[in-house]
Amino acid sequence: MRAGLPAGCRSLLLLLLAAPLSACAHSPSFFQAAGPVAAEQRDLFWIVTALLMLVVLPVFIGLPYVLWRFRQGNRQSDYRPTWDFSWKLEWLVWGVPVVVVAILGVVLWTTTHRLDPYKRLPGKSEVRVQAVALDWKWLFIYPDQHIATVNRLVIPVGRPVHIDLTSDTVMQSLMIPQLGGQIYAMAGMRTQLNLKADRPGSYFGENTQYNGKGFHKQNFETLAVPSAAFDAWAAQTAQGDRPLDRATYARLSQESVIARPISFSAVPAGMFDRIMRKYMYPEHKPVSGPAGDEAMQ
Amino acid sequence: MVHGAWFWLLGRIDLDSFAFVRAWREPSLDRLIAAGAAAMVVLGAIAAFAIITRMRKWRYLWENWFTSLDHKKIGILYIALSGVMLTRAVIEAVLMRMQQAVAVNQPGIVKPEHFGELFSTHGSIMIFFMAMPFLIGLINYVMPLQIGARDVAFPLLNSVSLWMTVGGAVLMMASLVIGKFSTGGWSGYPPYTEMAFNSGVGPDYWIWAVTLSSLGTMMTGINFAVTIYKSRAPGMHLFRMPLFCWTSLCVSILMIFAMPPLTVATALLALDRYLDFHFFTNDLGGNMMNYANLFWLFGHPEVYILILPAFGVYSEVISTFSSKRLYGYRSLVYATMAIAVLSFTVWLHHFFTMGQNADINAFFGVATMTIGIPTGVKVYDWILTMYRGRVRFTVPMLFSIAFIVTFVIGGMSGIMLAVPPLDYVVHNTLFLVAHFHNMLIPGLLYGMIAGYQFWFPKAFGFRLDERWGRIAFGCWVSGFYLAFMPLYVLGAMGMPRRMAGVFQSEYLPWLLVAAVGGFLVLAGLVALFVQLWVSIRRREEASVPVGDPWDARSLEWGIAAPPPEYNFAHIPDIETRDPFYAAKEHGTAYDPPRHYDDIEMPKNSKVGPLLGIAGAACAFGLVWYIWWLAAAAFVAIWGVVIARSFVRDIYKTIPAAEVAREHQRWLSQVAAARGIPRELETTPANQGLAEGAAA
Amino acid sequence: MSADEIKHAGLNLQHADPMTHEKAGAGIFGFWVFLMSDAVLFALLFATYGVMLRGTAGGPVPHEVYEMKSAFIETLILLASSFTFGLASLAMKYEHKQHQLQAWLGVTLLLGLLFIGWEFHDFASMAAKGEVPSRSGYLSAFFALVSTHLLHVTAGCIWAVVMIAKIRTFGLDARVKINVLRLGLFWHFLDIIWVGIFSVVYLQGLA
Repeated sequence: MRAGLPAGCRSLLLLLLAAPLSACAHSPSFFQAAGPVAAEQRDLFWIVTALLMLVVLPVFIGLPYVLWRFRQGNRQSDYRPTWDFSWKLEWLVWGVPVVVVAILGVVLWTTTHRLDPYKRLPGKSEVRVQAVALDWKWLFIYPDQHIATVNRLVIPVGRPVHIDLTSDTVMQSLMIPQLGGQIYAMAGMRTQLNLKADRPGSYFGENTQYNGKGFHKQNFETLAVPSAAFDAWAAQTAQGDRPLDRATYARLSQESVIARPISFSAVPAGMFDRIMRKYMYPEHKPVSGPAGDEAMQ
Repeated sequence: MVHGAWFWLLGRIDLDSFAFVRAWREPSLDRLIAAGAAAMVVLGAIAAFAIITRMRKWRYLWENWFTSLDHKKIGILYIALSGVMLTRAVIEAVLMRMQQAVAVNQPGIVKPEHFGELFSTHGSIMIFFMAMPFLIGLINYVMPLQIGARDVAFPLLNSVSLWMTVGGAVLMMASLVIGKFSTGGWSGYPPYTEMAFNSGVGPDYWIWAVTLSSLGTMMTGINFAVTIYKSRAPGMHLFRMPLFCWTSLCVSILMIFAMPPLTVATALLALDRYLDFHFFTNDLGGNMMNYANLFWLFGHPEVYILILPAFGVYSEVISTFSSKRLYGYRSLVYATMAIAVLSFTVWLHHFFTMGQNADINAFFGVATMTIGIPTGVKVYDWILTMYRGRVRFTVPMLFSIAFIVTFVIGGMSGIMLAVPPLDYVVHNTLFLVAHFHNMLIPGLLYGMIAGYQFWFPKAFGFRLDERWGRIAFGCWVSGFYLAFMPLYVLGAMGMPRRMAGVFQSEYLPWLLVAAVGGFLVLAGLVALFVQLWVSIRRREEASVPVGDPWDARSLEWGIAAPPPEYNFAHIPDIETRDPFYAAKEHGTAYDPPRHYDDIEMPKNSKVGPLLGIAGAACAFGLVWYIWWLAAAAFVAIWGVVIARSFVRDIYKTIPAAEVAREHQRWLSQVAAARGIPRELETTPANQGLAEGAAA
Repeated sequence: MSADEIKHAGLNLQHADPMTHEKAGAGIFGFWVFLMSDAVLFALLFATYGVMLRGTAGGPVPHEVYEMKSAFIETLILLASSFTFGLASLAMKYEHKQHQLQAWLGVTLLLGLLFIGWEFHDFASMAAKGEVPSRSGYLSAFFALVSTHLLHVTAGCIWAVVMIAKIRTFGLDARVKINVLRLGLFWHFLDIIWVGIFSVVYLQGLA
């Protein structure tokens, strides 16, 4: 058994260091940050890990040492069955965690404020997106471009993206690990998320809050493209002939999994607010009938 | 939907409610698995019934166990219940691991809805019907013995709590056969669990099973707290209590304050579902954020309800098997109390991502980290207990050591999750799943297994097999690391929890490793059952009738194994911490008392089982809209309670002569036994008498 | 008086009946603990009410819903019942006269029933105006809080009936006395909760 512990530690170290890092290199992980938010989160991960080592390493080193030295078979070791207290050690035992937690607390306080998802990111010509959580897909409305997409979020590289979220069904949670996240989307409420992409690419986005049998298929692609390409895409999408009208939205808001992303060429103004407000009062009178009825008025 | 007389009689039950009928109509793999599970429940029940009938044990079970108010028997029944439920939930876990390993770009073996049921029942069972019964059972058995009491303060209430919990567990089992369970997870978040989105029986099963269990637990909390405050032996000051009693006290206080939020959350959800209230609905002014607050106002203290008893076990085990006094006793007590108090100040960290402002998130983040301080203190104190001791690597000790190492890793990931910006990227992913399993498996299950191995000889008079214990240990520990370390990686790779299928091929290797780990954990569970079987067969050579197989320290080891119904022939006077160890050193551990007295003990009562049956029937009626059943059972519950309050003949007296006879028989066993050195404690030479104890 | 002699605070039999008092220790203390747990339950219902207050969904708002006169009368009834229960306790403690105890318990019970009836009347008139729990989150929270109190009062009334039956069956033995003490705690507790409801729900609803 005594050999079991070091062996456990070895495999653990291997698991904790080498393999996972290479795994994260090929996956939608915040370790592969593609934007400033996720990059800070990644750095924070390592800072916290390093600080925690101050508390953890004494245990990993001290425990095997104590077990080996004070095993029953070792008659050379000091045996003091009534020794049960020492003020010096007490200071250490309480002091080390207190100091580490104090430092971590400062780190936590500052980073929580700096990385507040509601905080606008610096940069010019912000892109506004309104995300509506549906079963089992995401609707992204671009209010300034008057277009919308389903399951594909196109954003310009280098420009801040401000996302307003709500839900037209149960609670969901939007995350794009390589850019940052996540925040819940809830019916009748508006939450916010601010992200930015540093480099072009396709990033995996998802809902992380279980919402039924289609949950595992509720993924979307985040396409970060150069700023000019974004404007061109928006203009081209607006040229299409597929408006998001009342009937289309009613169909869309039914439970379903969408096989391929969809683009809508025109979206009525204020649609997001109407989806949100239909659950809120006193602006509106009671809703009867299926959800989504009033969204189009 | 069903109508008319059928509905009046059987509510919304129809043929398709039965798992067997569903599998008959569409024999897919998914439905056959469901029918197989249902068959296991039905056949298991029939087999148990047949065996008991054949062995003519009904009367024995009823009179000696089911109606018994003896805290020791109630404790054992709790743990037996926990074992059954653990088995089911581990099998479900393995099924989920298999599904995720197989369903990479493929449908897998179970359908998404079924997968949803699996993670919901797995979580609900593990928390409410495995962990809670296990720790309540252990406290029930050990705590009164450790404080020198004859029973808990309210023995009947204890039995009622047990049978309420059993009622809830029966409901969980019934959901395998009739109907479908919720897919809303163990936390049952609305609005997903509201009528608008889930109108079936699933969420109702969840609501009533959890409500039964939480009512039982609340009563248990009151019972334990009053026992510790009021029933301690003379001289057993609070600061002379073993640490396990301290953790029990803190846990009971947590139960008293943390169970009402759960009851309120489930009750309001039930009002929404049954009477069209609007607490958590999307429309008409409902607000699900209130549910999240209520649920986690229970949920976070609950984490410490689960973990603190194990901390108590480790304190006893490590001190005993290091042959040394517990280091920093007062420190450990204060740390325990600090954890208990702080546990009420951190619930919001379960939903940092709900859009609160940064000040609120940062406040709760810092509060959460603060819990790390007393927890860290405890870990250091345990290591310092081994320091300058003589450590014996018995099975309970092995689990304790594995706990320290593993728990520290879990604590690290916990601190990470406490940092809101880090939580944003790993919340709701497998990183979170890995984290809480990393806390609860070492911080609860290892502790409970260690306690089970440690106190088993006390409860049954013979030791558990050491070799199979070590095999189980190996499987549990390696299984844990293989099953959950990959989940950290997968979480960091962005894989959400509760995925019925996966479309990222790079997840596959990690999911495969985790599946292997799942099977190892199952092997660990099987090894525990084999250990029990082997030990029962060899109970003669492993018997320890004197009752102190581990040269242990607290009061419970100074009486026979198994202990008499009244625990102590004579309630001891306590003058120190570790009273039994001190008595052994003074050579007074086995001195006969000056005189024996009549002992008054509570008589058996049918009230507990009756309330359990009525409670389960009422809940079943509510789940299926069988209103007559629900109403009748509800009336029956209160009828039984009122009728009981008119019963006056509730005590029996055990005459002093009988106490003396029994005690002297044991003392002669002590005199005949040979004290053994600690090195020989795992050999047949161990009769439960430590070397030099009976000077 | 040493600390050991104080078995429990509040209602007690200390001087009048030391024997029963001695036995009451765990039973009464346990009931206090239960009331603490119950108080948490009510605290959460109050908190929920506070959260849901704005969830009127375009429906009736507090000052339209509440009948202050009725609520005030209910308050007086319940306060009076607490007073009569106090008289019952005193009868038990000093007089040892069963019929006096029974009479005061009976009066308390009648006041309790009156309270229940009055509240049902309130609920009925609210329902007639369409003010039902399914109308809005705010009304849901109101009904949940007030009905939970009402259920407690109902339980208290049933308990009082059982109590009177027990006094008739067993006379004033130790268990009966302890049980009366517990019922007293319960009854006064409900009074306090109602005072909370009256001030938090009704009085603030005026604003």
